[in-house]
Amino acid sequence: MGLLDKQFEKSNVMVTSLDSLLNWARLSSLWQMQFGLACCAIEMMAASASNFDMMRFGVIPRATPRQVDVMIVSGTVTLKMASRIKRLYDQMPEPRYVLSMGSCANCGGPYWEHGYHVLKGVDRVIPVDVYIPGCPPRPEALIEGLMKLQEKVRNESLAKKHA
Amino acid sequence: MTFQEISENLQKKFGDAVVLVKADAAVDPFIVVAAQSVCDIALHLREDAAMQFDYLMCLSGVDRKGTFEVVYHLASMTHKHKLVLKVSVPADRPEVPTVESVWKTANWHEREAYDLFGIIFTGHPDLRRILLPYDWEGYPLRKDYETPEFYNGMRVPY
Repeated sequence: MGLLDKQFEKSNVMVTSLDSLLNWARLSSLWQMQFGLACCAIEMMAASASNFDMMRFGVIPRATPRQVDVMIVSGTVTLKMASRIKRLYDQMPEPRYVLSMGSCANCGGPYWEHGYHVLKGVDRVIPVDVYIPGCPPRPEALIEGLMKLQEKVRNESLAKKHA
Repeated sequence: MTFQEISENLQKKFGDAVVLVKADAAVDPFIVVAAQSVCDIALHLREDAAMQFDYLMCLSGVDRKGTFEVVYHLASMTHKHKLVLKVSVPADRPEVPTVESVWKTANWHEREAYDLFGIIFTGHPDLRRILLPYDWEGYPLRKDYETPEFYNGMRVPY
């Protein structure tokens, strides 16, 4: 689109579908829930920091579930934490999305056999939109996962929610 | 002080309460003491001018199948020496007096040993679980622990 102020100074008309407009707005400002669970959180912080600068995708960390669109489950979900995750997810306004980051959140990771205290995959308590493999995934992988989520949001429609 | 001097000092003062002195152990030499006098011995180790074990580095639990062990790793900031102290209790009655009054560090360490092994530290001011949720059943680091099928409606096994 280029410089918006130049394009709109003579009250131009732009035609688009409502779906595209809403999806564009949503995918360009996926505010994330600000919390980390384990070592993946370090990579998530790196992704937010200046080298990778996740904020250029409109990902702003918010400290309350009521202002967020996406929850990045970054790390090992213990059984003690699982009920908290569920509650936080329930408090998020719709449409809401979940990124499962790293092997632990995907399937239990290294704790799959002897982790008596680990939930074997966060998808046992909340629905997950994108799984990011890795132990932990590099910031590039997290950004890739985020862009996959943006793709998913781009294809949504008001008529049917999950495209 | 050397390990030998420390063990002789303890034997002289506490006699039969010192159950075993193992100087040729594979890693660190250790002293096993009777459970009921561990608090007195701990206090003596801390207060004695020649020993001054003012630092409890670690308190661990061990399941020996049939008995539980509590291992105290002690160090002295003043004299720069270390000591390993052990207590052994039967598994059907795993009760060890607390050393929380001697080293404050022991408070959380004993709660952890209680949390994961179910060792009861008698006289502890706040003996409740520290890591696991309060409604957890059983003690997961015991050898005979079986992972539950469900916890609060969540399936636990892979």
